Amino acid sequence: MTSNNLVYLIALPLFSSGFLMMLGRRADKWGHIFATLISASAFGIGAFEFLQMLARPSESRAVTQKLFSWISVGTFQVDASLLLDQLSISFVLLITGVGTLIHIYSIAYMSHDLDRRRFFAFLNFFIAAMLLLVLGDSYLNLYVGWEGVGLASYLLIGFWNQKPEYATAAKKAFIANRVGDVGLSLAIMIAFATFGTVSFAGVEEKVSGASTAALTGIGLMLLLAATGKSAQFPLQSWLGDAMAGPTPVSALIHAATMVTAGVYLITRSNFIFDNAPTAQLCVVIIGAITLMFGALIGTAKDDIKKALAASTMSQIGYMILATGLGPVGYAFAIMHLLTHGFFKAGMFLGAGSVMHGMDDEVNMRKYGGLGKLMPITAITFGLGYLAIIGVPPFAGFYSKDKIIETAFNSEGIKGLFIGGAALLGALVTAFYMTRVIILTFTGAKRWDEKAHPHESPFLMWGPMAILAIGSVASGFLLSSGNRFVSWLAPVVNSHEVEHAERFQPVVVTTMALVAVLIGVAIAIAKYRSDVPRVAPTNVNIFTKIARRDLLQDDFNEAVLMRPGQALTNFLVATDERAIDGAVRTVGAVVIGSSKGIRKTQNGFVRSYALLILFGAFALLATIWVVTL
Amino acid sequence: MIRLSLEIGQTQKPEAILFYILAPLSVLAALGMLIVRKAVHSALLLAWVMITLAIFYIALDAAFLGIVQIVVYTGAVMMLFLFILMLVGVDAPDSLTENIKGHRATAIVAALGFGGLLISLIGRATLNHVSVGLAMANEPGNVQGLASLIFTQYVFPFEVISALLITAALGAMVLAHSQKSAGARLSQRALSSVRFRGDSLANAAGLPSSGVFARHNAVDVPALLPDGTPAKNSISGVLTARGDVQDSTQYALGSLPKVDDESGDK
Amino acid sequence: MNSANYLYLSAMLFTIGAVGVVIRRNAIVVFMCIELMLNAANLAFVTFARINGTLDGQIIAFFTMVVAACEVVVGLAIIVTIFRSRRSTSVDDASLLKR
Repeated sequence: MTSNNLVYLIALPLFSSGFLMMLGRRADKWGHIFATLISASAFGIGAFEFLQMLARPSESRAVTQKLFSWISVGTFQVDASLLLDQLSISFVLLITGVGTLIHIYSIAYMSHDLDRRRFFAFLNFFIAAMLLLVLGDSYLNLYVGWEGVGLASYLLIGFWNQKPEYATAAKKAFIANRVGDVGLSLAIMIAFATFGTVSFAGVEEKVSGASTAALTGIGLMLLLAATGKSAQFPLQSWLGDAMAGPTPVSALIHAATMVTAGVYLITRSNFIFDNAPTAQLCVVIIGAITLMFGALIGTAKDDIKKALAASTMSQIGYMILATGLGPVGYAFAIMHLLTHGFFKAGMFLGAGSVMHGMDDEVNMRKYGGLGKLMPITAITFGLGYLAIIGVPPFAGFYSKDKIIETAFNSEGIKGLFIGGAALLGALVTAFYMTRVIILTFTGAKRWDEKAHPHESPFLMWGPMAILAIGSVASGFLLSSGNRFVSWLAPVVNSHEVEHAERFQPVVVTTMALVAVLIGVAIAIAKYRSDVPRVAPTNVNIFTKIARRDLLQDDFNEAVLMRPGQALTNFLVATDERAIDGAVRTVGAVVIGSSKGIRKTQNGFVRSYALLILFGAFALLATIWVVTL
Repeated sequence: MIRLSLEIGQTQKPEAILFYILAPLSVLAALGMLIVRKAVHSALLLAWVMITLAIFYIALDAAFLGIVQIVVYTGAVMMLFLFILMLVGVDAPDSLTENIKGHRATAIVAALGFGGLLISLIGRATLNHVSVGLAMANEPGNVQGLASLIFTQYVFPFEVISALLITAALGAMVLAHSQKSAGARLSQRALSSVRFRGDSLANAAGLPSSGVFARHNAVDVPALLPDGTPAKNSISGVLTARGDVQDSTQYALGSLPKVDDESGDK
Repeated sequence: MNSANYLYLSAMLFTIGAVGVVIRRNAIVVFMCIELMLNAANLAFVTFARINGTLDGQIIAFFTMVVAACEVVVGLAIIVTIFRSRRSTSVDDASLLKR
């Protein structure tokens, strides 16, 4: 099947982005409306394609569109082609849907910013790049979108680059992402060397003939790419600082869509990971580490956005974990991704709403008791909260519970470890999210005299309300009757494999709920009493470490930055002394010898003519001697 | 040299006579070019060398080239040289003293060596060659022979040469174009303010005219100032540069006849 | 008469022209000496034509004349330009390369 509409999905926001950037200040008055309409129309196209897809039978739901022949070198052919299948459309709807809501939200949120038009141009650019990422039909096309979202993320994190630390945060995110991007490019190169093609379909077709070593190499490189983009261990450190960007950006890019690109990449490459058990095991380990890592950081953060960012890292850890579990896990990973897209975006918007009312104060210790003054924000945030900690029947329950269950049921001792990690993660998640709720919306008010908390305008709470509805209902809608699993089945090749189930689903669910209850209870017990406005410093070593993001930056600085600086200093010194020295020596020798030789040049043209005459004389003499 | 004189002895009679008369004259004229001080004289000597060469061309069965040599070279090119000489070269005659140390001696040594080797090599190369002669080639006529070659075998070089000629003409126009002629000239007012409001009024009344009152009025004789010295600025700069200025003191009165002191009282 | 005599004459004239180029300082005279060298070469070509019995030598001489004409035109234009800016036609004055 082919479709001619796919290109408009990307072209519309891309055009709008360029248009708004080129028009400059002339578009200030209406640029945000225009961008929002464009985003909404992209959603319209996506929905239209979705409905058409629904009408087709399961096997022929994928549609493609060839745009042009991009690279044609000998036998190496890459077309700029788009592929819309069940996996892509899930992302397309998430990106354009949540994206449009966040556009609407930003109209109000950014209304006082002089550069609102530029912000919207960047947002549209992000939408276009992200759509290209999920619509590309080959790794190379995906790579273009991958770099595009990286650029958009950089531009938006550093949107207020007049503050040096924000600009630094943008650079940090960009560099950490580059490390992952190297992984992706290496994966593409290995894939080309192994298969001679880089299209998803082509690789899938030839994957059975490839060696396990090559597949493992590709898989590990893809995992590296995923850790970079999705802020997974060990490249996770940028996400917390990325909160420097405006809150809608955090909601759209650093919670709902871009950071989940790694999950998409691994799911899309299921045919590689399914044939490379080592790589798959690494995926699971990375996911498990990151979900605990993020959760632990989340317990110690007083900055509401950073707490949510840590939570995002942790939740993506769940998704990565699920993708590592093989065919049974992909659908749950994507399902959790979608539900997470709703509730985390909703919570970020809620956080933005709180900040909007509190003069951009982010320290939760200076909130307290905001529930009464911001009822709508409190309710939407609360619904997201219930969803993320996994209380039935909210969205997160369905998706996270399935992941925990699948983790427990994977083979061998591995299952116990990762299942235990996932369960513990759920407990910690319940703890820190409850902490956020308590510190922000309940208890005594601790804010400054100057602050006048107030509810946000309709343009802001409208999108929050819609996302809250999503975080309530999406889980049930997706999982009832195994709907989403069978929807994705043609893409991820999940055939019903009956595992020897270690635990019955009801047992796992009960354990998860108990863990959540414990977490909530600890949090209530700890934060029921008064909370100091300034974080106490006489805390134990573990809290201190968690506050320092589990030493991630210290580690990076000690292991990467300092040796790098030392190496750079050494190279600079080498360059200045050895290389420049050599060059200068050569120059000095040339100058010195020139000074000597220059004396033979008297500048009189007749002397040069005389030399020519002598030359002719010498030439003739040679001829004379030779012909003698 | 011995071989040279032997071969000279073999030259056919009428042509030989022509050669022995004209060749030394042309060499002498060429040497003269090096020695004379004035560029104009060099040009005239060169013209003479060219005319002798034209005669040799005709003697060598190259009638067309001989005529072209006279028309183009001695006619057009030398005319151009003289024209340029009149335009720019009318200043002091060349000083023949050499100011680069050892230059002239080295040049002469190099030239003697070069010429000697050249002549020796020519002698060796032509020793056993018998001249074919152009009777065959010139059978339809020298001009026709040349024309048939130029417009067949050499047509492409010919076209290139013509392009070169046009380019050279354009290039000369561009190079010789004077920006000055396009620039604004000083107005009458500006000129007169320079003349009368300058630092000195020495030239305000105009330059003195040449010639010595009542004795000699030619332009090459400087005027005498009241104190008896010749006025340099009464003579055109060109004449000064050429060294064509006469001494005006010879026209000065040696001494005024003594006037009787008491004559006034008479 | 042996045609080689013309070649000897040509060699002498060429050498004299070369000496002139080297020792004279007036650019116009230098230029005339170059013309003398070209003419000497032409004489050699015309002589070769007769020795070999073909007209090609004369053709080359003809081309040389045309090129020489071009050269004179451009060269003299350059001399005029130099004279305009330096008020001198001495080749020794144009020695800026030394500095």
